[in-house]
Amino acid sequence: MVEGPGPRQDTGDVVPVAFGAAAAARVRPVEKPPHHPSGGPPPRAGEDTRWRPGLRMACRHTELFASADEASGAALALAMACDAADDPGDHRPWLWVQDRTAIRLSGRPYRPGLPERLRHRLIHVAAGRAEDALFALEEGLRCRDLAFVIGEVAGNPAALDFTASRRLSLVAERHGVPLWLVRLSARHDLGSARMRWDVAAAPSPPQRWNPDAPGDPRWRAELFRAHVFQPGQWMLGHDGERHNLAAFAPDHGSVVPGAGDRSLASIPGRG
Amino acid sequence: MAVWCPALAIDRWHLYRDAADPRDQPLILVGETAHGPRITAASAPARAAGARVGMLLADARALCPALVVHPADPAGDRALLESLALWVQRWGPWSALDPPDGVIVDVTGVAHLFGGEAALMADAQACFAARGLHVRLAIAPTAGAAWALAHHGPAHAVLPTGADALAHLHDLPAAALRLDDAVVVLLERLGLKRIGDLAAIDRPALARRFRDRRAPAANPLVRLDQFAGRVPEPILPVVAAPVALVQRRLMEPVRHRDLLDRVVADLAVALARRLEAMGQGARRLELGLWKVDGEVMQRRLELAAATRDPAHIIRLFAHKLDDCDAGFGIEVVRLSAPWAEPLALTQADLDGAAQAHGTSLAACIDRLTVRLGAGAVAMPVPRASHVPERAQRWVAPDPGMPCQEELALHARPLKLLDRAEPIAVIYEAPDGLPRLFRWRGAVHEIVRAEGPERIAPEWWREKGGARLRDYFRIEDGIGRRFWIYRRGLAGDGRGGAPEWFLQGLCG
Repeated sequence: MVEGPGPRQDTGDVVPVAFGAAAAARVRPVEKPPHHPSGGPPPRAGEDTRWRPGLRMACRHTELFASADEASGAALALAMACDAADDPGDHRPWLWVQDRTAIRLSGRPYRPGLPERLRHRLIHVAAGRAEDALFALEEGLRCRDLAFVIGEVAGNPAALDFTASRRLSLVAERHGVPLWLVRLSARHDLGSARMRWDVAAAPSPPQRWNPDAPGDPRWRAELFRAHVFQPGQWMLGHDGERHNLAAFAPDHGSVVPGAGDRSLASIPGRG
Repeated sequence: MAVWCPALAIDRWHLYRDAADPRDQPLILVGETAHGPRITAASAPARAAGARVGMLLADARALCPALVVHPADPAGDRALLESLALWVQRWGPWSALDPPDGVIVDVTGVAHLFGGEAALMADAQACFAARGLHVRLAIAPTAGAAWALAHHGPAHAVLPTGADALAHLHDLPAAALRLDDAVVVLLERLGLKRIGDLAAIDRPALARRFRDRRAPAANPLVRLDQFAGRVPEPILPVVAAPVALVQRRLMEPVRHRDLLDRVVADLAVALARRLEAMGQGARRLELGLWKVDGEVMQRRLELAAATRDPAHIIRLFAHKLDDCDAGFGIEVVRLSAPWAEPLALTQADLDGAAQAHGTSLAACIDRLTVRLGAGAVAMPVPRASHVPERAQRWVAPDPGMPCQEELALHARPLKLLDRAEPIAVIYEAPDGLPRLFRWRGAVHEIVRAEGPERIAPEWWREKGGARLRDYFRIEDGIGRRFWIYRRGLAGDGRGGAPEWFLQGLCG
């Protein structure tokens, strides 16, 4: 194993310490063992491991359950997709599939609001029924020219049963294209996703220059079912300048020195 | 060289008839109009008997009861003219249609191959006579002058290169300028009956009289300039484009799907071979199925990129054939590629590779488009507008599309609702922002807000009564972030009290 379980255990936790962010940024890259180019090997089942942002995962199929009245599900899916991307200079297009109900309830993607390095390569598929959306997802996962696939399906359609979910998992693992499936206002039904999350919006930290304005987005994310990781709760958000995913303590302001929130750019040998 | 067939329809009718038909019968061809059958072409004996083109059949019958009447076939005449346009390229490299009954050939620098212009025209006259067509020919430096000579000049007229068309042809009638009938009538009423009369008038006077006529056929000044060669007149040449087409006639009509699939697969391979020979790839494919009971089914599809991969074509048509009803059986299957683009000869075994290495993006888009429809797959591109819902538009996906620098807009939401949803304000703060509002049945309390960002309507697009919008980025008690706006201002005189809408969901 490239990454020993020792350093990860104490850093992956949500520790409400009052570390300054700058101090953490100085110290952390030294402590952190370098990543394997293809992403470190995933933790084996049975180990006492906790998920943390920036982990190179072999997990290709993730489900996020969110309310249809907020965009947290899609936003966290995008943040995770950016976070899990191996190569920051990746310019392959990505696919966003929505069924009709999802479009009606939560709207279409809006290019000026998308993350800057993703907005010019979005391909959007407006599927009518859930069956069509599943077909589009599967075709997208089979395509080698796509960086990742994001799906949004509203409710619990009959077509999205365990078999369909398993089918998506197998295709995603076979072709190595990661899938983030956002389930809008859905029950936790049976599914074969490797990680299943519950996402909700959380109050954002105050902005530096205008304390009355909404700040950077924050999400309360609960990992309630996972293949290799322990379930747990995180407060996730972007870490200011670098736009990487980071875990925060529930009270605003103090940055938890989670190992994964350091940018890959600070590690020698990576762009 | 202008070629005019004065009696194209009549000649064609005679050509496709028995030779035993007497040529001297008063033959007319009629077309159906709202007021009954009307004459579209009349032979010389019929004209001598009083029948005129444009006359009602009943009136003509009254003049000459012995008329031989047959229905006209304008589509067939047009097809003959198109084939003639290709055929006349034996006398020049480019030719163009001059509907309804003429052809124009570019014979610049070609005449010496035939021994001069006169010999060229004699050759052409003989060839047309051998085909059974009466023609009038003329050669002139400009297409307009040649047309005028062919229609209104002496037979076999030649205007040598460099000659001034206006000086030589000033005696031709004004109708020789290829003008609309209404304009010719107008010129005659003005007393301008010859081209020379028209050329003698000041240009400004002509330009002023016809200043609102844009079409060349309605503006005598433009036609006069084209006639004299003072302005260029591009002609649209006819080019023969062979269409890759394969078909199978089946000995036994096919009634089952698996056999049809096999035939289509066979055709796809044959078409791919033909396209490969032409160095092209198909962009549009048409599959025609002729059934025993006389019906024809057409299935067509378009491709995102030129391809000639049989496996890909077969898979796309498999979706299209799901709803086809074979009836008593299908006897002829034809596959053609009416739209093809050059495609270099680089071909790999895509089907095997698709299983192992995934499909390419173009193939993925094709499959999605075939199943979900052309509009379902799109990518957003920025548009120069500051109105939020117009700031992006959806186009067919093309990841290599060059992109202009876009407007750096302040903090836009991640998702935009297709239609902004009205929200009911329960309690409004004195500064104009609501404190409590109801949306989709839930009450939201605004804890933090940023705004307003005032966006004015685009006055060059919208009506004068359009109201401006004040946008606010808000966050409610549990952290949901929305993008809401107020339409209008109190007392702006453009409707009642301002309304509130929720347009976007922030991440």
